[in-house]
Amino acid sequence: MPEIQNFTLNFGPQHPAAHGVLRLVLEMDGEVIQKADPHIGLLHRATEKLAESKPFNQTIGYMDRLDYVSMMCNEHGYVMAIEKLLGITPPLRAQYIRVLFDEITRILNHLMWLGAHGLDVGAMTMFLFCFREREDLMDCYEAVSGTRMHATYYRPGGVYRDLPETMPKYQPSKHRNESDLKRLNEDRSGSLLDFIESFTERFPGCVDEYETLLTDNRIWKQRTVNIGVVTPERAKQLGFSGPMLRGSGIAWDLRKKQPYEVYSELDFDIPVGATGDCYDRYLVRVEEMRQSNHIVKQCVDWLRANPGPVVLDDRKLSPPSRIEMKDDMESLIHHFKLFTEGYCVPEGESYAAVEHPKGEFGVYLVSDGANKPYRVKVRAPGFAHLSAMNEMVEGHMLADVVAVIGTQDIVFGEIDR
Amino acid sequence: MTQLSPKLEALATGIESKLGSSLTRHDSSPGELTYIVSPDELVAVATTLRDDEAFRFEMLMDVCGVDYLSYGRAEWDSDSATNTGFSRGVHRGQESEIEDPDTKYSPPNRFASVYHLLSIEHNHRLRIKCFCTDNERPMVDSVVSIWSSAEWYEREAFDLFGIVYVGNPDLRRILTDYGFIGHPFRKDFPLIGNVEMRYDPGKGRVVYEPVSIEPRTLVPKTIRDDNRYDPDLKDKTDA
Repeated sequence: MPEIQNFTLNFGPQHPAAHGVLRLVLEMDGEVIQKADPHIGLLHRATEKLAESKPFNQTIGYMDRLDYVSMMCNEHGYVMAIEKLLGITPPLRAQYIRVLFDEITRILNHLMWLGAHGLDVGAMTMFLFCFREREDLMDCYEAVSGTRMHATYYRPGGVYRDLPETMPKYQPSKHRNESDLKRLNEDRSGSLLDFIESFTERFPGCVDEYETLLTDNRIWKQRTVNIGVVTPERAKQLGFSGPMLRGSGIAWDLRKKQPYEVYSELDFDIPVGATGDCYDRYLVRVEEMRQSNHIVKQCVDWLRANPGPVVLDDRKLSPPSRIEMKDDMESLIHHFKLFTEGYCVPEGESYAAVEHPKGEFGVYLVSDGANKPYRVKVRAPGFAHLSAMNEMVEGHMLADVVAVIGTQDIVFGEIDR
Repeated sequence: MTQLSPKLEALATGIESKLGSSLTRHDSSPGELTYIVSPDELVAVATTLRDDEAFRFEMLMDVCGVDYLSYGRAEWDSDSATNTGFSRGVHRGQESEIEDPDTKYSPPNRFASVYHLLSIEHNHRLRIKCFCTDNERPMVDSVVSIWSSAEWYEREAFDLFGIVYVGNPDLRRILTDYGFIGHPFRKDFPLIGNVEMRYDPGKGRVVYEPVSIEPRTLVPKTIRDDNRYDPDLKDKTDA
């Protein structure tokens, strides 16, 4: 009888549970993982190199495509790094709009995570439930920027434009009857803020719905409790951030500890896990959705009461209005220069970090005084998390690898860059 | 540059009194603290920064390479005009005509490895820069033994810049393709790459060929002497 040896299993890169293009080379002893070697880079697009060949503003769109489920948070990190070097602060209303959309993005991201994580572990319904609410939030993106995903909405010095007074509505078609149309358009009769407000009133109920399906679910607990445990010490050593760090019991959130924009003005709590397993990280993220919803509500109230400019009135950074351009020579020149050459950023370097839904998203920017960045380095939270894959799955079963990939909230756009 | 916060200023005093001989302050970042450390002393400095009570940088957030080959060199010089106006052309394959780049900072070597540290206990950040002494074969000691998170970050910097991290247990390429040649983020590596691939139906496999596209520069890199953001001149009206 031959001696049984370890064998090597190739997982991905086109496995539905690999969340994109992860290729894992697993060394197994029976069904127990001995070693996991993630092969990444299948989605590498050299975003940072491309950024070096373009004026600063033209890279904002590339940032959306990094972590393509939390688009505006990526833009935020990049835009903040530029603002730090320029030494400018956006108007207060723009800061509130950014926080509003950061938190909407956080809910968007966590819904995607919850749906995909649930689906991977066997709870198909979660995916359908989560996408129902995601649809509404994507409509907010569309209303404010014109696109449902890749918004390119944040600009150095503020945001591209103010919140719209009307929401896009569903049009009559042969697939929808009159009463359906009326129901769908009910929330869309007012402004964007009305729409968001009605969402925030509805959303806690939706989260309860997700929780009734999962939190006390026996199968869910069997698949996540005590799986992928990370101690606080290891979490720090491995460079974890965001829910991965908080799941291990460290109360660290940049929104509280190093507040940017107007987070210091807002009221919210930081959920923290106890054991550092997949189930704790699930609880942390679910609570984060509730907290984000609470922040969104506060922003809506403030934005209703305080109209004002949403971008700095600096013609070297933000374009003049179309009307000004038509009869003012100088405005036309400003517009032309801004969209061809761009603006020069003073020499120096900066690192701006935001609390991205997945963790600390940092942008390290080196400028040599030109109209293009000299070097952009994106510190993607998922990169550090995935590098801990080997440690997290060692000794677990093959099926638990899927649970760990799910809990890490892997998105390859940001890991491969 | 803007002033450091009192907290960072206190940290700077602490670091300089303890490690002053092996570090040089680099004043380039608004409101951030940067030190340059020589490659020989990197590991010793990093260990002190992690373990000393006053610093406690228990997290390494990022390691990245920077190639300073064309730092401060513009692609297009608009100082001189011809009879037909300014030239739009960007000269390729050669260094820019501007011999002496007019920047405040000229790096001592071509490659730098940059570390971003974070202390959760004291809530402060620090950046360390380490210039590799050899431009042909850049080498620097690995910090994997100090921070586990460095392993993949160093693999990435090795892959993209060719900086060799001595002591990294697994220094393989990470982001580029299997069998990739060159280090794509170096400034002398073309943006369009060197090879392209396609499926060859005759051979029945994927083949690699030299790139067929022409590089284009839509917007030349320009450096303007812009003192609008100079803190000494800001908010001052002409008398």
